[in-house]
Amino acid sequence: MQVIGGGNMIRLAVVSGKGGTGKTVITGGIVHLSRCAKVMVDCDVDAANLELIVNPHIIKREEFTGMEGAYINPAQCSSCGVCSDACRFGAIEPIGDTYAVHPDQCEGCGVCRVICPSMAISMRPRVCGEIYYSETPYGNLVHARLAPGAANSGLLVGKIKKIAVERNGECDLMLVDGPPGIGCPLISTITGMDQLLVVTEPSVSGLHDLQRLIRVCRPLRVNMMVAINKYDLNLGVSNSIREYCGKEDIPIGGMIPYDESVIDVVRKGRLVTEYDTPAAQAIHSLWDEIVSTLGVRDIAGQ
Amino acid sequence: MTTSMKITIASGKGGTGKSMVAANLAWAISQSDRVTLVDCDVEEPNLHLFFPPDDPESTDVQVLIPAFDNSRCTLCGDCAGFCAFGALVVAKDRVLFFPEHCHSCGGCALVCPADAITEIQRPIGTVTTRDLSAHLSLVTGTLNEGEVLGVKVIQEAKRRAEKPGWMICDASPGTSCPVVETLHGSDFCLLITESTPFGLHDLELAYSVTSHLDVPVGVVINRSDGKDEEVRRFCNERGIPVLATIPFDRWIASVQGSGDLISRVDPTWKERFIALGGACRSSVGGT
Amino acid sequence: MKICIPSRGPDIQDLVDERFGRAPYFIIHDTESKMTEAHVNSAAGAMGGVGPKAAQFLLNQGVDSLVTERVGGNALEALKAGGIMVLLYEEKGSTVADAITAFLKGNLKEQ
Repeated sequence: MQVIGGGNMIRLAVVSGKGGTGKTVITGGIVHLSRCAKVMVDCDVDAANLELIVNPHIIKREEFTGMEGAYINPAQCSSCGVCSDACRFGAIEPIGDTYAVHPDQCEGCGVCRVICPSMAISMRPRVCGEIYYSETPYGNLVHARLAPGAANSGLLVGKIKKIAVERNGECDLMLVDGPPGIGCPLISTITGMDQLLVVTEPSVSGLHDLQRLIRVCRPLRVNMMVAINKYDLNLGVSNSIREYCGKEDIPIGGMIPYDESVIDVVRKGRLVTEYDTPAAQAIHSLWDEIVSTLGVRDIAGQ
Repeated sequence: MTTSMKITIASGKGGTGKSMVAANLAWAISQSDRVTLVDCDVEEPNLHLFFPPDDPESTDVQVLIPAFDNSRCTLCGDCAGFCAFGALVVAKDRVLFFPEHCHSCGGCALVCPADAITEIQRPIGTVTTRDLSAHLSLVTGTLNEGEVLGVKVIQEAKRRAEKPGWMICDASPGTSCPVVETLHGSDFCLLITESTPFGLHDLELAYSVTSHLDVPVGVVINRSDGKDEEVRRFCNERGIPVLATIPFDRWIASVQGSGDLISRVDPTWKERFIALGGACRSSVGGT
Repeated sequence: MKICIPSRGPDIQDLVDERFGRAPYFIIHDTESKMTEAHVNSAAGAMGGVGPKAAQFLLNQGVDSLVTERVGGNALEALKAGGIMVLLYEEKGSTVADAITAFLKGNLKEQ
C-alpha cells in the first residue's frame, strides 16, 4: 500500500455546491485527524474562514494584482468623451474637466486605450487582493482576501495553490477548503486534485446545488465522494441524495448528524474532532473512508 | 399609496438563509402590498423552489459577439492580439472564436483593419417572470452553465422587475462583482448572518461592500442559538440595527428543507416578516 | 520539426508543468537544428482564456507538436485548427529533457 507522501503529494479538496453546508468545519476535522505532513489552502478567497479555526500566524503578505485596468492620464486627456461612449461597461465618467475610470466597473478590455485620440489611456496592473502565508500548529496555510467587488477569484485560487506547492511541495497532503458555487474559482480549485470531498446537506436546494456541482465536475475526471452533513435534519431528502449518488455511482463517504455542540467548538476556535461528540465520531469514520479510497496509509511525518 | 422601495438581501457567504428570508419577506409583504421578488443569484437561482411549480415564460438575455466575414479577413491577427480575454485565436486559415470567454467589449471589431468583423447577438442566460399571486411576482435570472457574464443577466432581471411597489433582490453570496451589481440602486440592504465566528467574519466582509457602495444596512441573525453577543457588539459599534432574530429550530429547518415558507405555514411568522419589512422602510425614513 | 513542452522553468532540466495555458515557460526544441529556446508564457497570469492565448503563441512560433499532460477543450480546438499535433505525456515528475527523449522515441499518443 502506498504511504501518503513518498514524494507524491496527495491533493484533497473539500467543496460544496453552496455555502453554509459545514465544509470548513469538516475541513478542520481533517486538519486535526490527518497525521501526515500537510499544507492547507483556503480557496474560498471571497470569504476565507479556515483561518478562524486553525490559529494562523501570518509570516508573509503579498499583493495580488489580478488584472489590468484602464488609467486616464489627466494631463494628456482632451476631455473629448470618446472613451466614455465606447466603453460597454459604463466604467468611464466625466469628473470635473476630465474623465476618470471607475475601477468597480472596468473589465480591462482595453477598448478605451485604442480609441483615445490623445493617447491618454494606458493599462495598469490593479491590486485586487492580498495573499497570506501563515504558520499554524498543523502545518502551513496559504490564504487570501479578494478586495470587495473585485473579479478574478479563479486566478487568485490558482496562485495560492501554486504558492502551496512551491513552498511546501515536500508535504504529503495538500488539503484544500474550496469555494462555494460552481463558477470559475471552483474549476480553478479542482484542477489537479486527486480527490474531491463534496459536502452537502439535506434540503431541496442542497440537493439541487449538489447535482449542479457534480454535472460541472464530471467532465474534469476527478474522483468524487459525498458527505451528507446534518443528515438527520431531513431524512427524506437525505435518502434522495443517497439515491442520486447511487445512480451517479458516487460513493457516500459519511453521514454526519446534526450536533449542537459543533457551534460551541467553533466559537472556542477549536477543531470539531478535538472533542468526543457524535459529529466528531462521524468525521473520524469519514476520514478513514477517504484514506482507504485513496489507497494510502496516513502516517505521521517526521 | 403604494410603497416604492428596493431592498437587497445579501450575506458574505451562502447558506446563511438569505433566500429563505427573501422568500418569506416577499410572501408576507405581498399579503397587503405589491412585491416583485428578484432572484439575482444567477449562477444558482433557487427562489422558485419555494413556490409551486408552474410553466413560466422565459426570455433570453443576449450579448454582442463578433461575426467574421471570411472573404474580408486577412488573418492579420490584430483581433486576437487585442482580445484581453483570450476569446480569439487566429489559425493558419481562419479565426477561431470561443464565445464563453468573450466579454462583449467590441474591441475586436474596432481594431480590425479589414472591416471583417460585425457584431451579432448571442444568448447567455434567461430571465423568467412568474406571477405567483395578484400581488407577488418572481423574476429569476439564470446564467447558462459555463457562461461568465452573470452581471449582464442581473442587469436584465432587475430591468424587467422595475414596477411600482417593493422590489426585493436576493443577491448571490460573497462580495464579488455580481453582489455589487445587485446592490446598485438599492435603497437598503438586509445582511443575513449567523451567530458563529464564521457568520461574523462573513458579515464584516459583506458590510465592507455595502459601506463601499454607501447603501444603508440592517442585520438579520438567522439560526440563532441565543449566543449572539459578538454579532450584536459588532453591530452596536457601527450603529447597524439588528432588525430580526430567527432562532435555530428543527421545525424551521424542516419546513425550509421541504421547500415551504414559515410565513405561509405559521401566521406568527407572517406577522414577524411584515414587521421586518416595516423596519426596513422606517430605517430609510419611509413611512 | 519544432516541438513545445510547457515547463516550470527556463531550462531543459526543469520539470514539465502539468498545465498548458498556465505553465510559466514554454520550451521549444527544434529536432533538426537541435536548438532549444525558452519563452516566458505571457498568458500564464492572464485572467481568462489562457488556453487560447497560449495556443496563439505556439501558432505564431510555428510549432508543429505540443507535448503535454493535459490541454483544455478550447486550446485543443485552436491547436488542431492551427495544425499543431497534441501528444500526451503523463510521466509525473519528469524533466523537459525526458519529454523530448520520449517524443524522439516516437511512442507518444495523440490527444
